[in-house]
Amino acid sequence: MAYSATVGRTTYRFDDLKTLLARATPARSGDLLAGVAASSDAERVAARIALADVPLTTFLSEPLVPYETDEVTRLIMDGHDGTAFGPVASFTVGQLRDWLLSDAATSDALSSLSPGLTPEMVAATSKLMRNQDLITVGRKARVVTAFRTTIGLPGRLSVRLQPNHPTDDPKAIAASILDGLMYGCGDATIGINPATDSVGRCLELLSMIDDLRRRFDMPVQSCVLAHVTTLIQVMERAGPVDLVFQSIAGSEAANRSFGIDLSILKEAQEAATSLKRGTVGQNVMYFETGQGSALSADAHHGLDQQTMEVRAYAVARAFDPLLVNTVVGFIGPEYLYDGKQIIRAGLEDHCCGKLLGLPMGVDVCYTNHAEADQDDMDTLLTLLGVAGCSYIMGVPGADDVMLSYQSTSFHDANYVRSALGLRPAPEFEAWLKQMGVMDGDARIRPALSAGSGARKLIDGVAA
Amino acid sequence: MKDTFDPWAGLRRFTQARIALGRTGDALPVARLLEFQAAHALARDAVHQPFDAEGLADTLSDHPTLLVRSRAPDRASYLQRPDLGRRLHDDDLALLSGMRCQGQGPKKSYDAVIVLADGLSSRAMHDHGKTLVDELLPRLAGWDVAPLILARQARVALGDDVAAALNAAMVVMLIGERPGLTAADSIGAYLTFSPQPGVTRDAERNCVSNIRPDGYSPALAADLIAWLMAEARRLKLTGIGLKQDRPPALPGA
Repeated sequence: MAYSATVGRTTYRFDDLKTLLARATPARSGDLLAGVAASSDAERVAARIALADVPLTTFLSEPLVPYETDEVTRLIMDGHDGTAFGPVASFTVGQLRDWLLSDAATSDALSSLSPGLTPEMVAATSKLMRNQDLITVGRKARVVTAFRTTIGLPGRLSVRLQPNHPTDDPKAIAASILDGLMYGCGDATIGINPATDSVGRCLELLSMIDDLRRRFDMPVQSCVLAHVTTLIQVMERAGPVDLVFQSIAGSEAANRSFGIDLSILKEAQEAATSLKRGTVGQNVMYFETGQGSALSADAHHGLDQQTMEVRAYAVARAFDPLLVNTVVGFIGPEYLYDGKQIIRAGLEDHCCGKLLGLPMGVDVCYTNHAEADQDDMDTLLTLLGVAGCSYIMGVPGADDVMLSYQSTSFHDANYVRSALGLRPAPEFEAWLKQMGVMDGDARIRPALSAGSGARKLIDGVAA
Repeated sequence: MKDTFDPWAGLRRFTQARIALGRTGDALPVARLLEFQAAHALARDAVHQPFDAEGLADTLSDHPTLLVRSRAPDRASYLQRPDLGRRLHDDDLALLSGMRCQGQGPKKSYDAVIVLADGLSSRAMHDHGKTLVDELLPRLAGWDVAPLILARQARVALGDDVAAALNAAMVVMLIGERPGLTAADSIGAYLTFSPQPGVTRDAERNCVSNIRPDGYSPALAADLIAWLMAEARRLKLTGIGLKQDRPPALPGA
């Protein structure tokens, strides 16, 4: 079906639903690269005007990626909860946007609605939202998950401690972990991107963190962000696997380019759950996503990159993850060109993920060939803190020496926690106090006097 | 106020990661703040500094050189449209096609063409391009190498167009790598045997990366590139079929 709308004296026509969604998307380089972006600002607004009148039920009858050939579409359609959808079933996209911002859309109402929303409905709605709308709705949509810590409680902001090293040297990684712990980071996970994706390396790194965790009775969960098939082998060899990681995308073809499908994710989830290593919860999966990943795998089916991104969240929600984050600026300027585009995308991903019931974190980041710098990251970090983001990354000095990009630092985490009065996960906060890393005013000011917990930790790692 | 106990002194030596930076309140001390900004500035300047292909050609005056452009008209287009950076400008395609190897009998093509491209760090090419070429060419005795091609606003796959236009059996793309905060002057070398424009996939290339004096030294990199070229010619392929884990020492190299 074709759509049309008039802006000024020009009537714009859109051949089908996917074209309408793409043209309505705020400008970004990846959609230009894909050849699906609006060719003018007026066309973009015309697409939004037409999109606002599209009934939500259209998304249930018109799959954007063919049902027959794409298991992500089948997951979305077959898993749709008609009862949960009930309250908004008669709405258009524009009406859903207004309802989400209304007083009726409480946190509880959004939780109940979540299984009734499809990624395409959510993506479409986000295209009619300004940044402040994305923040308001993202903040209302609360998602709480748990393993050894509880992620996503109101007033809390967790941090993934990311202690990467170019050669996976355990001593170097331990030094970065210690640095992060002394800044109150690590309550989302201690998660290492390995330079080498091997079973032996995973076992070595996981055992190192597990020893540390046991010695100091730390309420944390560890993760080596190797391929899911590698982690399955580590579990077969009885390695201490807390979380299983995988990068995911919004189409079957894109997931195949990552070497995965839904069945292998299911297998990994069941294996990790059966280990029963969680204490306060059993969410065992950790996913990463990012706008542009489907296009870069030439598996975007002509969709805009933001809609494809939200489809990835449908994959994530099928596996009850502890953590999901969008690595928003990592992919480079051919997908998100500058600070403005990265900031918008970060807010979109957070809001859309939360609406679909995911514990969304954001890797607030950029590469050196993007038109972005630490000022842009400060802006996005602050906005995400206001939006109730579940967690951010903590990288020593914001400089990932293995992946060669810049993320948020331990200092950045403390900035945003202090500025907005946000605290670490409760279990981890209690541990920080007990170790003397957090002072009586809930500030991160490690007591380094001889005999203090913080000093013992430092001496333990340095030895 | 400084603590008398500096717990970090012992840890800093374990990693090049930016640990033990200190703090003022929750923030970075000014020296650390400026250190980071300097590294980022160097990286950004390496990306945006215009490629002085003419200047580089002058320093390579012992060898015939040709300057070409991709279809990306400027840096902003280059950064947003990798597809444009992968293709030769039409005029330059015609120029190279007019110079294609016309050899007869068994000598129907060049054995190889070497391209020096700005990629994401023109600084890498300015600083180390000549050194690397001077190391590499003497290792290619007996090879019929095309004139050196200097390419602006180029990505790796542009070499496929160059090789096809010149009728070269293999392309060695020397290209500025994406700058990191640690190093902004690394060259990457990508080898492709029998490249097919628009068809060749990245898995069909071999890569030697981090070529710079403080990384993979130009001399050692030239050894490895020359070895890979010989192997590629022998096996008639590059990519995952050509394992480069443990190249033997080159006799006489």
